[in-house]
This record gives sequence, structure tokens and C-alpha cells, in this order.
Amino acid sequence: MEFLMCIVVGILFASAVYLMLSKSLLRIIIGTGLLSHGAHLLLLTMSGLKTGAAPILNDNISSYTDPLPQALVLTAIVISFGVTAFFLVLAYRTYQELGTDNMEEMRGTESHD
Amino acid sequence: MINLPLLPILIPLLAGVILMFFPKRIKAQRTISIISTVATIAAAVVLIAEIRQNGIQTLNLGSWPAPFGIPLVSDMLSALLVLTTGIVTLAVIWYSIYYLEDEYERYFYYIAVQFLMVGLNGAFTTGDIFNMFVFFEVFLISSYLLIVLGGKKAQLRESVKYVLINVISSALFVSAVAYLYGVVGTLNMADISVKIAELNDPGIITVIAIFFLLVFGLKGAIFPLYFWLPGSYHAPPIPVLALFGALLTKVGVYAIMRTYTLFFYHDTGYTHMILGVLALLSIVIGSIGALAYRDVKMIIIYNIIIAVGVILYGVAVMTPDGLEGAVFYLLHDMIIKTALFLLVGIMMAIAGSSHLKSMGGMIKDYPLIGWTYFVATLSLAGIPPLSGFIGKLLIVRGGFGAGEMIGPLIILGSSLIVLYSAMKIFTNGFWGTPKEYTGAKAHLASRLWIPAAVLMVIAISYGVGAEAVRPFITQAVEPLIDPAIYIEAVLKE
Repeated sequence: MEFLMCIVVGILFASAVYLMLSKSLLRIIIGTGLLSHGAHLLLLTMSGLKTGAAPILNDNISSYTDPLPQALVLTAIVISFGVTAFFLVLAYRTYQELGTDNMEEMRGTESHD
Repeated sequence: MINLPLLPILIPLLAGVILMFFPKRIKAQRTISIISTVATIAAAVVLIAEIRQNGIQTLNLGSWPAPFGIPLVSDMLSALLVLTTGIVTLAVIWYSIYYLEDEYERYFYYIAVQFLMVGLNGAFTTGDIFNMFVFFEVFLISSYLLIVLGGKKAQLRESVKYVLINVISSALFVSAVAYLYGVVGTLNMADISVKIAELNDPGIITVIAIFFLLVFGLKGAIFPLYFWLPGSYHAPPIPVLALFGALLTKVGVYAIMRTYTLFFYHDTGYTHMILGVLALLSIVIGSIGALAYRDVKMIIIYNIIIAVGVILYGVAVMTPDGLEGAVFYLLHDMIIKTALFLLVGIMMAIAGSSHLKSMGGMIKDYPLIGWTYFVATLSLAGIPPLSGFIGKLLIVRGGFGAGEMIGPLIILGSSLIVLYSAMKIFTNGFWGTPKEYTGAKAHLASRLWIPAAVLMVIAISYGVGAEAVRPFITQAVEPLIDPAIYIEAVLKE
């Protein structure tokens, strides 16, 4: 199971890198979304995908899944959600001000300022 | 006071929350943020006195015993960095009051600065690797706000790149923590160190070590990962730039210092060799940039990269001398870079431009600013009685002590280039024929000078009083040389 998940994470990372190297700003932001999905999935995978009950305390169950990475992923998700929301608004403002979403046209030369 | 390590995080956090209730009342914003920063400095001073007397202070949040909860660990290194952060932030807030337009101050500027301080102090103090990630995000999100505040075209353009780079490095940080957790099964930094030592399997640990170097190197702008820094740092106004230049890259440096002395000290032949080579290449690249530009901001920005290289070279050689020099130089560089940025900001305020061709002959009307800048330049380059000397001396001695020739020689050579590049600003800006100045804020120059002069007084006394500072630095270096001290303080049974 871990092996399969590692391949999925690899595909996510590869697509993220491909998208982030493209010219359109929106594709880049979609790439960052895939990148954080990959990182979160990796965090869950690396701590082991052993079968066990959900980590809710119950008298009849003796084996649980590891609760720690779930807490870590929850934290990382809200952080990347906040950053992505900021990034989207930033991209919108940049599009309004500069009139382009093409990264090639956003080079900083002195004549642009 | 058992909660002492928490105070430098808690005070700016509370201040930031309080400030959110009345963002438009500028006077109250200024007063409360100055009070909070002074209180943080006072807490850091008490903390340092406590550590000096009783050794490393740890606080287990929620009273969970060490490897299970999140500990805050204040050793001398992190306490000194917290103190320096406070001093730098205070000077920058003081400067911002005169420098920034009301528009900035009305739109959450001081709130973002307070939260930046929360993140920095937290990252310096935490004893948990994932908690360090969270504090990194706290100061990064504040820095996103600060870099784009004002919404000029150049700022928007550069902040897109800055945010993108940091989103990528955050995702890599999460992945690095995932790999480390997969190998050792713990997040507490002292416990990780114990588990890695027990593991005795250097292969995967070396890979993770390089992964962490990639993550923190992206934050700290070392050689192949520095490319985002010159553009991004050129965009925001001077007080923000001073905060970023002095503090943000230094957290990356601190994190490399911490992980490479606490976790990854088993296969130093490989990991520390790579760190050393990258540090030297950063010095070379920074030197080339500092020589190439005639824009005052850019010259100092490339000097940041040089300083990061010098400090990390001290870490890479892993001798007591090298580490002590690295800590000395780290503290010196935080203060002197802020002072330089603030002084250069005054020159820009007078001339109304950041290019050297629009400056000249300023010494006639502004002699105090000129001579302060002159002393700051000498101090940056490491002229003996001033603050940059002892750190560089120890780093070079550490390099020679480790049997290396090229590294120390590059560092000595880079000092000349640093001196030349910064003196270029002095000779072109302050000497020569006076020009017509069109800057809108020229009348504020003497008020803007005071915070920079205060920083210079601190820097000079840091250099002249090196003998008095040294015991603190020595104590800060002890856990770096012998991780057992740190581990025992956290996992005491």
C-alpha cells in the first residue's frame, strides 16, 4: 500500500513541478495546490499505513492508526489553505495592476518600474 | 519564573491581537508596538540572565513530559537571537514612524511586524521540528503582507515570486519532516538526535540532511538557492527591507546551524563538506553582485548573501573556533545590516532615488549621517576595534585549524570586496560634488538618523566589549559542540 501511495505522491510532485514551470500564473497556483497535496499525502504515507481503527478511544479496540501525522496534516492543510487564499488574491491584484498573467512579462527591468 | 521562555513569543502575540482592534488609530498603534517590543527585549534580557546562571531553560507546554509534548528550549544561542531580534525590530519600528507614509501605518503594518516577531522568536525557541515549521509559516505569512503592502507594480510583481518560492520551500519542509518522522518516529528535536545516534545507518540520514539543507538554504539564500532574494528584497520600502535583510535569512541560517549540530553530525565528511562548498560559493556570488551594482539597495542586498556564506562556513568546519565565530558574526551581522539599510534609506530619502548617480556630496549637509555610515562600513568589513572583526577572526582561525586553506582565504578576500562595495556608496554618495536633491523626506534625515545611530552604538560596544560578550557566546556554543548538553536539558529524567 505504501508503495502505491509513493507512486501517487511522485506523480503529484511531477505534475506540480510541470505546472509550476509554465508561464501562466493560474497554472502555477494550481501547481502549488498539487504540491501541497503531495506533501500531505507523503506525510500520511511515511508514518505507515497499517490497518487499525480510527484514533478515537474505545474500550473494545486495541490497535489504532498513528494519530500524530493526522494532526500534522491537519495543521499543514490549514496553513497551505491560508497561503493559497492569499496567493490567489495576490494573483488577482497583480493581474489587475499589471494587466498580464504571463510570468514572462513580469520580469523586473528598470524600465518597468 | 518557569514560563520565561514563552514570554518573547507571548508578548508580541498579545500586542498583535490587541492592535487588530483599532488599525486606523496610528498613534495607539505606534505606542503599543513600541511598548510590546521593549517588553520583549526586557524579557529576553531576564531570560539571558537566567540561562547564564542556571543553564538551558526548557518549558514543556501543557506539562506533557519531554518527547510527547511540545517543549520550548531556550539555550544561550536562541536567547541571544531573540534579544537581537527585539533590538532590530525596535529600531525599525522607531524608523518607520518617520519614514513610512500614513497609508502604510493604517493598513496593518505594525500588526504584521508584531506577528513577524512572534514567528521569529518562536522559530528560535522551539524544541520541536514541526512546531518550527509552524513558526516559519507565521513569520512567512507576515512577510508576505509586509512585502506587498503598498501595492506598487514592482512590489506586486516581486511578491508573486517571493510567495511562490516560499510555498515551494514550505512543501519541501513538510516532506523533509515526513521523511524524518518515517525514519525516527519522533518530532522532538532532542529525541530525534538520540534516535539518529542509535540508528547508526548514515545512508538515509545523509539524504534527509541534504533535504533539510535544501529547505533552509532556500530560506537563508545560500548559493544555488539565492536567486529569488535580490529581486524580492529590492521591492519593499526600506524599513521592511531592513527587517527582512536582518532577520529572515538569519532564521534559515539558525535552522541549518541547529540541525547540522544537533541531528546530522555523524557523517560530517559528506554533509558538512557540501555545506562548506556551498557557503564559499555564496560568498563568491555575493561578492560578484556587490561589485556589479551601482544601486545602493542592491549592494547591501548582495552583502547579505556574503554574510550568510561566511556564517555557514563557520558552521561547516565544525571546530569550536569556527562555531564560536559563526555565532559572533551572526549577531553582529543582524545589527550591522539593519543599521546599513536604515542609513542607506536616509540617503534615498534625501536623494529621492536609490541609484548612486543621483547622489554626491552629502557629507556637506549631513556630516553625522556620513560619518555614521563610514563607521558602519568599517564595522561591516571587520576592521579590528569594531564588531565584525572578532567573528571573522574566529571563523578564519577555525578554518585554518581544520586544515583548510582555500576557505579562509576566500573569506579574507571577500572582506576586501565587502569594504570596497560599501565604501563605493560612501565615496560616491557623500563625497564629490553636491547635487540638487529632490527627496520629499530630506527634512526628516536627522530624526531618521537616531535609530540607526543607536544601532551603531550597540554594534561598536559589541565589538569593543567583545571580552565582556565572550562568556555568553561561549555558553551559546557549548550545546552546538556537544549535543548531549542540549539533549540532557530537554529529556531530563
